Amino acid sequence: MSDTSTIARGGGHRASASARRAKPPRRPSGLPLRFVPYALLLPGLLVIAVLLLYPLYQMVDMSFHKVGLRQIRPRNPLPAEFVGADNYTAALQSDLFGVSVRNTVIFAVVTVALTLILGTLVGLLLHKLGPKMSTTVIVGTMAAWAVPPTSAAVVWKWLFDADAGVVNWFLNMLPDWFSQLVFGRAEWAGVPWLNDPLDIYFVLVVTVVWASFPFIGVSILAGLKSIPSELYEAARVDGSTAFQTFRKITFPLLRPVFSVLVVLSIIWDFKVFTQLFILAGGTNMPREAFNFSVWSYIEAFSPPPDMGLGSAIAVVLTVILLLITFVYVRQIVKTEDVR
Amino acid sequence: MNPKTRRKLGKFGLNAAGIAVFLFAIFPVYWMITAAFKPNDQLNSTTFIPFPMPPTLEHVERAFTKGINGNSIWTYMMNSVIVSVSTIIIGAVFALLAATAVARFRFRFRTSFLILLLIVQMVPSEALLIPLFLNVRQMGLYNELLGLIVINVGLTLPFSVWMLRTFVAAVPKELEEASWIDGASRFTTFWRVLFPLVAPGLVATSIFSFITAWNEFVFALTLIEDSDKFTMPRALSFFVGQRSTDWGGIMAASTLMTIPVLIFFLLVQRRMVSGLVAGAVKG
Repeated sequence: MSDTSTIARGGGHRASASARRAKPPRRPSGLPLRFVPYALLLPGLLVIAVLLLYPLYQMVDMSFHKVGLRQIRPRNPLPAEFVGADNYTAALQSDLFGVSVRNTVIFAVVTVALTLILGTLVGLLLHKLGPKMSTTVIVGTMAAWAVPPTSAAVVWKWLFDADAGVVNWFLNMLPDWFSQLVFGRAEWAGVPWLNDPLDIYFVLVVTVVWASFPFIGVSILAGLKSIPSELYEAARVDGSTAFQTFRKITFPLLRPVFSVLVVLSIIWDFKVFTQLFILAGGTNMPREAFNFSVWSYIEAFSPPPDMGLGSAIAVVLTVILLLITFVYVRQIVKTEDVR
Repeated sequence: MNPKTRRKLGKFGLNAAGIAVFLFAIFPVYWMITAAFKPNDQLNSTTFIPFPMPPTLEHVERAFTKGINGNSIWTYMMNSVIVSVSTIIIGAVFALLAATAVARFRFRFRTSFLILLLIVQMVPSEALLIPLFLNVRQMGLYNELLGLIVINVGLTLPFSVWMLRTFVAAVPKELEEASWIDGASRFTTFWRVLFPLVAPGLVATSIFSFITAWNEFVFALTLIEDSDKFTMPRALSFFVGQRSTDWGGIMAASTLMTIPVLIFFLLVQRRMVSGLVAGAVKG
């Protein structure tokens, strides 16, 4: 650390001017200070512009053009012809539109709700458990969190396998009268779980909730730990009930964490692709099981490729997503330090 | 019921709930790993066999020798390592610079930039697939690992900056000011003062990026054609489609893909939790 003892370079004669403002000491010279943040930001901004913003523009642009096989072939591609809103009309009139809206929205709502409820409960639980038990549960949930989505889908696909799956084995173990009463069937060997869209989505919800509740739980735990214990002591001295303490201390202080978790969950669950793609059997999956991501992918990349239509679907997906999360962005802007 | 028994019962209930959560989380992982070592007749059995008796290495061996589609699973592991490690190294530089800018300076467009980060995070990467596919092909990066690296840097950057800025902001400004008073240059201050203190945050952020890149499936599915350039997720999905009933082989491949991330996660879990706390507390 020899540098720290050398004399300030260049900043000496300006020191008196800044001292009057009683502001932080003047920084060493170099690039004029007001340009520093822009210089630091430039590389990242370029990456975002080239890899995210420009493609976004291209996607919107393509959605108004006919972009088929002949337009994207490497040798003498035809110029993409402007077709106005034709791609959107085609998407809206397709019977897959309703299917995709239904699958995407219901899946997101159900999964986000379940993940947040389970995750929050686990966070509260971890906070209450003794140190050993808490560490054990954290390590266990970390394992679920760590499993890559592809692996998770493959494993749950196997757990729900008709013949060798553990789920059917477990359901077979249940007393017949109980099984008959609740599910309307007693014999489970060979019952397929991944043929019918509704069943596929049931398995998908389980898979995604399983993989994502640990993150919520650990984040809630971190939030709870960051609340100073003095606040709780003060509340106890003042005779606050458990509910009052939760409402007046825990909840308000956790709100910033919670709103971030809601946004992230929505973003992740709305565009689920990998797990659905693998669980439902890849490009050959039943069309009734499409969501927006998969539908857009299949239109754009399955022969014959129609990238205009694929882009139009992707635009619709993006717009819905932005509308849903707009209100949460406002929440974050209010609570987080963005100003 | 006297308060003491009630407290004991409550504690028992909490521990039971803890065990239930633990089992729900760990069972699929346990089942996957044990399956990789189960002989075929035990895999296809309709009874519950909790542990491979006796364990076999045939599936793991087959993954390395016969492999998937003619390539040893080693090829796919190396491809995944190349893509993920390159992504975090390149991404860390960009993210640290941008996070320092937004956490340390007040400037015009700062709020706009942060909102931009939030919004681009929300754009589904699946939606960018079509234009990025065409751009990557035009740049001659189709079917190249470099194409995947470039795209993964783009996909992970907004979240990295968003996460890292709280770590940078958590470092007391006074430390940097003390360094300036002592005459350190801007770079020295950054490298000797800010960087060591932000390093844990950078590790946590890099872990998220690593996992995103290691797990990335959609672009690997679309941008890579030759099977010797497949990453692990792509190879696994190919395997499932090709030999859908070879659960032993599939689980062996899946375990091999999961183990590195799992070890990584468990090693840093303490730091990750404390890192999240540090990120959540605003000084």
